[in-house]
Amino acid sequence: MSAGSTPMRSATAIAAGVRSGDLSAVEVLDEHLARVALRESEIHAFNHLNEQAARDAAADIDRRVAAGEDPGPLAGVPLAVKDNLCTEGVPTTCSSKILEGWLPPYTATVVSRLAAAGAISVGKTNLDEFAMGSSTENSAFGPTRNPHDVTRVPGGSSGGSAAAVAAGFAPLALGSDTGGSIRQPASLCGVVGVKPTYGTVSRLGLVAFGSSLDQVGPFSSTVADAALTLEVMGGHDPGDSTSLPQPFPSVSVHLDDGVAGLRVGIVSEMMGEGIASDVAARVRAAADALVAAGATVEEVSVPAVNYGLSAYYLVAPAEASSNLARFDGVRYGLRVDAPTTGEMMEATRTAGFGDEVKRRIMLGTYALSAGYYDAFYGKALKVRTLIRNDFDAAYATFDVLLSPTSPTTAFTFGDKTADPLQMYLNDVCTIPTNLAGHPAMSVPFGVGSDKMPVGVQILAPALGEVAMFRTAAVLEAAMASAASNEGSAS
Amino acid sequence: MTGAEHTGFDHDTWEIVIGLEVHTELATRTKLFCSAVNEFGGEPNTHIDPLTLGLPGSLPVLNEQAVELAIRVGVALNCTVQRCTFARKNYFYPDQPTNYQISQFDLPINAEGWLELPSGKVVGIERAHLEEDTGKSTHVGGGGRIHDAQYSLVDLNRAGVPLLEIVGKPDLRSAEDAKAYVAELRSILVAVGASDGKMEEGSLRVDCNVSVRRRGEPAFGTRCEIKNINSLRAMGRAIEYEAARQVDLITSGERVVQQTRHWNDAEGRTTTLRSKEDADDYRYFPEPDLVVLDPGEEWVERVRAALPMLPAARRHRLAESTGSGLEQAALIVERGLDDLCLSTIELGADPARVLTHAEHNMSDERSLDVAPARFAELVSMEVDGKLTATQTKAVLAEMIDTGDAPADIAARNGFEAMDSGALESVVDGLIAEHPDEWQRFCDGDGKVTGFFVGKVMKATQGKADGKAVTALLNARKA
Repeated sequence: MSAGSTPMRSATAIAAGVRSGDLSAVEVLDEHLARVALRESEIHAFNHLNEQAARDAAADIDRRVAAGEDPGPLAGVPLAVKDNLCTEGVPTTCSSKILEGWLPPYTATVVSRLAAAGAISVGKTNLDEFAMGSSTENSAFGPTRNPHDVTRVPGGSSGGSAAAVAAGFAPLALGSDTGGSIRQPASLCGVVGVKPTYGTVSRLGLVAFGSSLDQVGPFSSTVADAALTLEVMGGHDPGDSTSLPQPFPSVSVHLDDGVAGLRVGIVSEMMGEGIASDVAARVRAAADALVAAGATVEEVSVPAVNYGLSAYYLVAPAEASSNLARFDGVRYGLRVDAPTTGEMMEATRTAGFGDEVKRRIMLGTYALSAGYYDAFYGKALKVRTLIRNDFDAAYATFDVLLSPTSPTTAFTFGDKTADPLQMYLNDVCTIPTNLAGHPAMSVPFGVGSDKMPVGVQILAPALGEVAMFRTAAVLEAAMASAASNEGSAS
Repeated sequence: MTGAEHTGFDHDTWEIVIGLEVHTELATRTKLFCSAVNEFGGEPNTHIDPLTLGLPGSLPVLNEQAVELAIRVGVALNCTVQRCTFARKNYFYPDQPTNYQISQFDLPINAEGWLELPSGKVVGIERAHLEEDTGKSTHVGGGGRIHDAQYSLVDLNRAGVPLLEIVGKPDLRSAEDAKAYVAELRSILVAVGASDGKMEEGSLRVDCNVSVRRRGEPAFGTRCEIKNINSLRAMGRAIEYEAARQVDLITSGERVVQQTRHWNDAEGRTTTLRSKEDADDYRYFPEPDLVVLDPGEEWVERVRAALPMLPAARRHRLAESTGSGLEQAALIVERGLDDLCLSTIELGADPARVLTHAEHNMSDERSLDVAPARFAELVSMEVDGKLTATQTKAVLAEMIDTGDAPADIAARNGFEAMDSGALESVVDGLIAEHPDEWQRFCDGDGKVTGFFVGKVMKATQGKADGKAVTALLNARKA
């Protein structure tokens, strides 16, 4: 990366430096803001930047360190926050016109936990409107561009967060993942992205899309940073009824455990039709790296994942149609006046929502309608059970599963906007995880034939984060050693 | 009372079938899914928080106290308290901040129970489930309804207040039945501390499902649901109006159309609100922000053990230990006087006199403070003939007022029983003074009895016992 004169540091390195007094939080922030100043106009990762508030927070961290206090495990780490996470007094738009100008009176649990650990929120990142999309092209405020090639999409829906980390605007970013919205952009932007087990991370303050599928997770440039972030922000939140009672699994301490003896399965349904051959090749290369590190690797069939996309496009829109009903012009956000209350609501929603959001609200409303419930939503719930059962069967034999994160590398703008189904197919490998409530993460593992990043997806059973992160750490190390070999060869 | 345009209701030919849905606000400290206060009234939009406003990112957390109260009601209504789920009921309305209501659909917390009316009739309960209340809209201008209003004001103080919807089975057969059912339900809700039972503050709201059928017909007729009922009296009128309307339709060859109707109390009639065809499709689906609620046997049993004695059991207790009828017992239990009566009787007081006083002379709320010993003393003075019935009543009233001992009150008022010789001479004197009236009395004109009793009372300043006078007159006649 040519941007910025200083090397990019990991969150872990920044926090260690700031805590020990070797690094100044203000200087660290300035390094990152300098990269923002240089490239943000072409990338458009942010909907909103809080430079002043960030500077104040960084100065406060430096003061505390000077006073002998420990500001926490993320001291002075710049953080980019997806713009569907509520931040008190800071615009939270979901990249939708319907929420333009709304200021939340509270901060999402995940954001306040990270801030309490010393992280410094630099801004709110762009997304597909209400997290509905796979390219950030559905943002009402214009798309985000892929830092590796600005003619290409960064993926989505958390495209702004993935791009922010890839461009060095922040070492850490938060996303939300309903069907792949963290993992797919992480893959396309060449960063680490994690969707943790459903219930391990609070949803309080996350603007809901598909409540039974949504989970907040981190973007980072290293596996260790993602682990640390999850340990800080995860764990029980009494304000979220679906939050599990226990703390987030301790993964950091296991990152060096290796994969010797680990049983890894390659999901055969995610390696065939629709998967680009250069992407599939990277998955096989990852499998080889794991074998080299002592894991056993075999192909495994998880048949029900073939129905994942169909089930997802009933469950997620159904929940969305209900979750988004509150945007009606009565209490907050956009209001388009009209003679009657009903007409006002209709005019507001017509003007405030983009096409994809409207499409999904209509799909979901239809799926829940009297006489159709059993055939659509009811059946989708059965498929969910089926997928969970098939994964359970696979996890009886394997500790983790391996697949591509995205079927292709980053595509160019407009490539898939004409055909929603083509866009939906981007998430074919990521969606089954959300339906099952399981964890999965994307780890960068080289590039495709177009030199664009390829991510490998590691899937694990519920609360199987330790095995998942051990696998990720081994792949990260394999890539680093491959890079240094290349470096010494050239 | 039916509206003018309907011809009344022939109860020999027709039968009314009524099923009631009663919504009661639960008397919790905070709302069903958030920590905003649950309190009637208040400045508009002051009992609110992010969830009440339906703000993006807010999430519901179930109120344990609401569950506790729901279980109390379930146990009191002999329901099965069960593992249950929440669902979203989707519809757009400005006083419903999220445009969906969190309710219970396929698995309610309480299922299949019953309650017993004072008449002994048993009414089935289909379910009693938890749900959140809506806010309140005030439509300004036009006809005061949303569609023609100039503007509408929304107050969300009530939005999210916990409700228990108690769905009764169609076991009721008259407006009187229905009133007795609601009264019984209200006293149970108050007894278990679930609700204050105030219909006028909306703590108790009733929707009536009414249909009619010819007597002997096994199948139910088509029903209409009546909304906007604000008092027991209004409910009785609405049911009778609606039944008459339906009979008129059927006898004139038309059909009853299933619909929701609006009770207009001022006009005394129901009007169409919406028919089944334009009913909302609520698109129920499982509430993904909440988890399964499984109260478990332990919780239910703990509630059962702590439950106070319920009205039906108290009626039976009173009736059995006094030999009274259930209806008389019902009135006394409703006034909360059963414990006082039982204690008084235990002290040796005559049960029939105790119950008669409780029924007729103790409607004042302060009657609850009467000491059983003093009540017993009063009754024995009456039974022993030391006080007449009229005097006893006067002393009781003063006892309730002052709490003084009956003997003191009697002495203060100069109440002393007349001896029978004095009474006889007064009666004989009056017979001599009024020979015409006496002749009519002897000829069997019962109306003249009152004349003589009145004269005796006047002459004795009310000290005479009316019954003794009548007995004396009859003795003289013979």
